Amino acid sequence: MHDFDWSSIPGALPFLWDGMKISLVITLQAVVVGIVWGTLLAMMRLSSIKALSWFAAGYVNLFRAVPLVMVLLWFFLIVPEFVGQLFNIPKGTDMRLSSAMAGFALFEAAYYSEIIRAGIQSVSKGQMAAASALGMTYGQSMRLVVLPQAFRNMVPLLLTQAIILFQDTSLVYVSALADFFGAAYKVGDRDGRLVELLLFAGAVYFVICFSASQIVKRLQKKYHPA
Amino acid sequence: MGYQWNWGVFFQPSATGDDTYLGWMFAGFKMTIGLSLSAWVIALLLGALVGVLRTVPNKLLAGIATAYVELFRNIPLLVQLFIWYFVLPELLPESLGNAFKQSHPVLQQFFASMVCLGLFTSARVAEQVRSGINSLPKGQKNAGLALGFTLPQTYRFVMLPMAFRLVVPPLTSEFLNIFKNSAVCSTIGLLELAAQGRQLVDYTAQPYESFIAVTLAYIAINVVVMTLMHKFERRIAVPGYIGGK
Repeated sequence: MHDFDWSSIPGALPFLWDGMKISLVITLQAVVVGIVWGTLLAMMRLSSIKALSWFAAGYVNLFRAVPLVMVLLWFFLIVPEFVGQLFNIPKGTDMRLSSAMAGFALFEAAYYSEIIRAGIQSVSKGQMAAASALGMTYGQSMRLVVLPQAFRNMVPLLLTQAIILFQDTSLVYVSALADFFGAAYKVGDRDGRLVELLLFAGAVYFVICFSASQIVKRLQKKYHPA
Repeated sequence: MGYQWNWGVFFQPSATGDDTYLGWMFAGFKMTIGLSLSAWVIALLLGALVGVLRTVPNKLLAGIATAYVELFRNIPLLVQLFIWYFVLPELLPESLGNAFKQSHPVLQQFFASMVCLGLFTSARVAEQVRSGINSLPKGQKNAGLALGFTLPQTYRFVMLPMAFRLVVPPLTSEFLNIFKNSAVCSTIGLLELAAQGRQLVDYTAQPYESFIAVTLAYIAINVVVMTLMHKFERRIAVPGYIGGK
């Protein structure tokens, strides 16, 4: 049996916290950008202009067909070089964090747009008609009438997706970026205490995600008392 | 920007000499398919069992099933994979742990990946099965019991045959996910499709061709699985329900 030795964790806590901050920053910005870009995609998808709707459908289906790991590898290995040449960024600049953020935001937007599309479609058609009858333009009726109701219905789903996204940020491991998991792995590897650090990381993720999902469940009951 | 496209690179003999780079990709493709399908079997069997248990009146059984689902849903897949691969062999009784560590490295990677993906997905399958069972009208269960069936018989003959058919469409997306999630297993060195893509970049110095090819392979898997499942969904749909005839 393994002899547990948790002694390397207390000293490593500041380093792990730095990692956690990276995980949270990536999550937060991907949620914000993902929702904004996802909303635009959803509106394009539902638009009567064929070109827009095809573009949005193609974008969403492409990102949903490809594994996140693959998207991240694109953004770590290929895109920086491409962008670097395009904007004359000196070679060797560390673009891992910005690449990770861009990759997550564009990837998550595809998933958010599907949630938002369903949310928009769940608002009854009469609302849009009523807004138009009141003389509002399409943009106004979307912004002032449809989207506020759609988002209210979607809050639990959007938050659940954010929890999944937070878990997925651990995949920046493929770029050796020290997010929370990467930091835990590094400490465990350095001290020969991989078993303890991996179990610790798992426990931390569990506590955070489980509590967050319980809060979402409560919200759901408040908004949609079954 | 001066990039030299060279799609012919896939037909060049690989660095080890015994295969072409296309052969490498195909090996990764087979690994991805084999891993995903075997993990899917585990996910379906365990997921169906746990999903059913979550709906039974016995508080203890339902509680265990709920704990199982929450455990596997709230820890990132990557962390679970590392725990299966690096931690579990250390916690097993010494003889068993050593047997694992002395087996062929590919076998270790495959086994850890299969169990990890299987259990991870089983929690999601269980949620779908549970909501399938819960979506049945209450009258079905009551009618079964009123006819003198025991509770297990009601499940066996009345509820599950319906629930399993209703749950096929939502399971399609979990089935698609398992192929995508299998790419995570490249992190422990398993040479599946994504890992082969990385290797191709290193060996051929043709990053664009390598990644485009691997990405297209994933899209192809996605399209094929979706088409097949769509046919299956239509055959199995319950008449009178959404999607049924």
